[in-house]
Amino acid sequence: MEKTTENKKKSLSVFWDEFSSSNFLVILLAIFTGILLGGVLVAITTNEVYDAFRVSIWSGLGTALRTAWNTYVALFTGSVGDPEKIRLAFASGDQLAIRRAINPFFESLVQSTPYIFGGLAVALGFRAGLFNIGVEGQIFIGAATGVWAGYAIEGLPTIIHIPLAMLFGALGGALWGFIPGLLKAKTGAHEVITTIMMNYIAFRLVDWLLKFPMKDPNEFTPKTPWILETAKLPRLFDTPIRFHIGFFIAILMAVAVYYLLFKTTWGFELRMVGSNPNAARYAGVKITKTTILAMVLSGALAGMAGANEVLGVNYRLLPAFSSGYGFDSIALALLGKTHPLGVILSSLLFGFLRNGARSMQLAVGVPIDIVSILQAVILAFIAAPAIIRTIYRLREPKHKEDLVSLRSWKG
Amino acid sequence: MAPVLELRGITKRFPGVLANDHIDLTVEKGEIHALLGENGAGKTTLMNILYGLYHPDEGEIFVNGQKLDVHSPIDAIKSGVGMVHQHFMLVPVFTVTENVMLGEEYVKAGGILDRTKAANKIREISNTYKLDINPDAYISDIPVGMQQRVEIIKLLFREANILIMDEPTAVLTPQEVEELFKIMHTMIEKGKSIIFITHKLGEVMEIADRITVIRGGKVVGSTTPAESNLNDLASMMVGREVNLEVEKSESVPGEVIFEVENLKVLDPMGALAVNDMSFKVHAGEVLGIAGVQGNGQTELVRAITGLLQAVDGEVRLCGQNITHLSPRKITEIGSAHIPEDRQKDGLVLGFPIADNLVLNTYYLEPNSKFIWIDQKSINENGKKLVENFDIRTPSPFVPVSNLSGGNQQKVIVAREFSRPIKFLVASQPTRGLDVGSIEYIHKRLIEKRDEGCAILLVSTELDEVMQLSDRIAVVYRGKVLDILEAKNATKELVGLLMAGIIPSEEEKQKLLAKKKQILMT
Repeated sequence: MEKTTENKKKSLSVFWDEFSSSNFLVILLAIFTGILLGGVLVAITTNEVYDAFRVSIWSGLGTALRTAWNTYVALFTGSVGDPEKIRLAFASGDQLAIRRAINPFFESLVQSTPYIFGGLAVALGFRAGLFNIGVEGQIFIGAATGVWAGYAIEGLPTIIHIPLAMLFGALGGALWGFIPGLLKAKTGAHEVITTIMMNYIAFRLVDWLLKFPMKDPNEFTPKTPWILETAKLPRLFDTPIRFHIGFFIAILMAVAVYYLLFKTTWGFELRMVGSNPNAARYAGVKITKTTILAMVLSGALAGMAGANEVLGVNYRLLPAFSSGYGFDSIALALLGKTHPLGVILSSLLFGFLRNGARSMQLAVGVPIDIVSILQAVILAFIAAPAIIRTIYRLREPKHKEDLVSLRSWKG
Repeated sequence: MAPVLELRGITKRFPGVLANDHIDLTVEKGEIHALLGENGAGKTTLMNILYGLYHPDEGEIFVNGQKLDVHSPIDAIKSGVGMVHQHFMLVPVFTVTENVMLGEEYVKAGGILDRTKAANKIREISNTYKLDINPDAYISDIPVGMQQRVEIIKLLFREANILIMDEPTAVLTPQEVEELFKIMHTMIEKGKSIIFITHKLGEVMEIADRITVIRGGKVVGSTTPAESNLNDLASMMVGREVNLEVEKSESVPGEVIFEVENLKVLDPMGALAVNDMSFKVHAGEVLGIAGVQGNGQTELVRAITGLLQAVDGEVRLCGQNITHLSPRKITEIGSAHIPEDRQKDGLVLGFPIADNLVLNTYYLEPNSKFIWIDQKSINENGKKLVENFDIRTPSPFVPVSNLSGGNQQKVIVAREFSRPIKFLVASQPTRGLDVGSIEYIHKRLIEKRDEGCAILLVSTELDEVMQLSDRIAVVYRGKVLDILEAKNATKELVGLLMAGIIPSEEEKQKLLAKKKQILMT
């Protein structure tokens, strides 16, 4: 009897050893610590807390805790939904009320979708040792080419029009990835520089397109025409829920990227080039070809993010399209350890935070920026796992941290 | 009188490893104390503790009977302990004086460097210890052996009394090694003490006054050259009986498999690194390329494996011109390559062992079908090779970075030897490996030769070239100076050629006669 408990203890401690030295725990703790710090930040930027501290320390601390708690409750109800509201809506049986109650959750998924595409784009580049900063620009180009295919190509059935418009988006992004890829492979030009520059070109090019060739003649401000019904990504529920099949396309792409990276010879080559280009050369891999292809695919995924937004959410392209999705994608790809599954999870986190932040601002008046700070803190902890390991006295990982190696930094 | 240096019970733990386990070491004034041990035995950790780079968990250090608390190399230097690192810490575009002064500058009024004063002191030290150093020479202009002496001067300049020399002979020609040994003798005559870290047994026997052998973080024995012999030391170091001699039969050379003709290759700076080299390798023979590092070997190997484009000349493998083929094509014709820097070129450290074992065959059946990787087959292959080649690992699926250097090298050997090959380029195949792994890799190389494979062995270890080769080509400044039959080669002769000196026929005969005489007696 005693022995079994001892064995249990032993296996438990073995499990703890494994778990406490794993990266997964570090990520969880980083998120937890980020939320904790975010709460402190909310508290120290709220006037009522200071007022309460003037009364007494305890009332101050109580108010601080309450403020932080309310903020996170608002964040939660804004991103997932208010459980009480959902219960009441279902009890009443009113379809519209139900949809309104569950809308926050689906709206978060809508917010997550471009993140998944963008995160996959960055992750794929990382795996090939390329730092694709140009996702934002590739999203713009993808949105432009996608929207064009959406309104300009007429007379197609939905089943063809949607894939075609997505493909156009992907091709636009792919072109924007191909140029830095080619420059890198043929001239050694650093892709961080070239993709940043390509971003500016993309932003201004899309501005110009919206003002002239693609402008809707019936509008005064620069906007494209509405896309045709046949190009709209179908929504799964009635208003107000905007949730559309783009989310499933994104998941499908994540699966595709997973298979590509880990199950095909080409993925093997790509990862080899990414982790040790010298060994890849030694093993007979053509580095230039792999580099260009990786940038093209990365750009294509980013382009799909843009197309997804215009075909699934906005139905036209506006100048204020800039959403920062592309730059957030870099961070969340790292957060997801450049693994497709990790990208999905971190995209969901970012999507839910972003969506919840809005109602947080409405409900408790906490500025939306607190979410940006939260994201930044979480990412800083993930980028420097040593901090988390020190705070929580975790063991050093048994295997070296599988850091993304960027050959780009060495040229 | 108290010993000049005494380490008592030094213990250092790293997570999961006991790097130093209660090590005691006593160095007397005026002795050369050799610290002998395999890689990973804990030599470097111990010296880093002494030099202030690590702090011991337990134990004490005494210098001249006084307890010492070192927290940084600066403390160590202050107490008279200095270290000559394996990789020199010199600024190539500075003069000797400037390098020596760096960190301890002599200044005149107004903060201007007093080079003259420093140069004079260097000249004085150079004369005292017969170092033959010109303080005004630029580091980039002087040979490696002399650069090492600059490192020594740096320590003497700071009045170090205990000099730690970490594998000092690794980069030297045999002649330079003799020079160094002379200097070491002079230094101990003048009252300095030297800790000589090495894994080369012959050198220990030649120069050490006392020998301490470390294995697995513990001192396993202390002896003197007089009381010991090579085989005993090797066994002590490895912990089992070791056969130092490579057993091999007379080679049976077949047809020419590999041929290099008037090859010219540029180095990254655009200089001719390989300057008109020609040689042939037959089936079933080992052609050894002897030479001091940096005489074109790296570029030669990269050119014949397709990693570097030759500017002129021709390389032929199995009758096919491969001069401008891609690495993959050359591999497919039947060439294998054990690269000089295994971590840089030969392995993807983050990949599992199994994946590294198919690094250049992943796209072929049965490792892949159509575009799909067959991970199951790769894993099976991994399990099989880990067993066949005795790769010490808990599993074939852990990253290859977890393995020791010797086992990493075995992964490369396993990969290259497990496919049908006709020609093998082995570049520094045992660099940095322990005695056990060296023995293993040498055995495998000879086996491969006996199977009829043509082997080009490139090594800067003269002993290795002498032991394994059937013919020896000596390279100097990108040229093949001479190709000798192994039975006609003596260490002195090859050493002279390595230094760029072509002995006359008469001298050659003399050297050969000397060898025969030794063999007779």
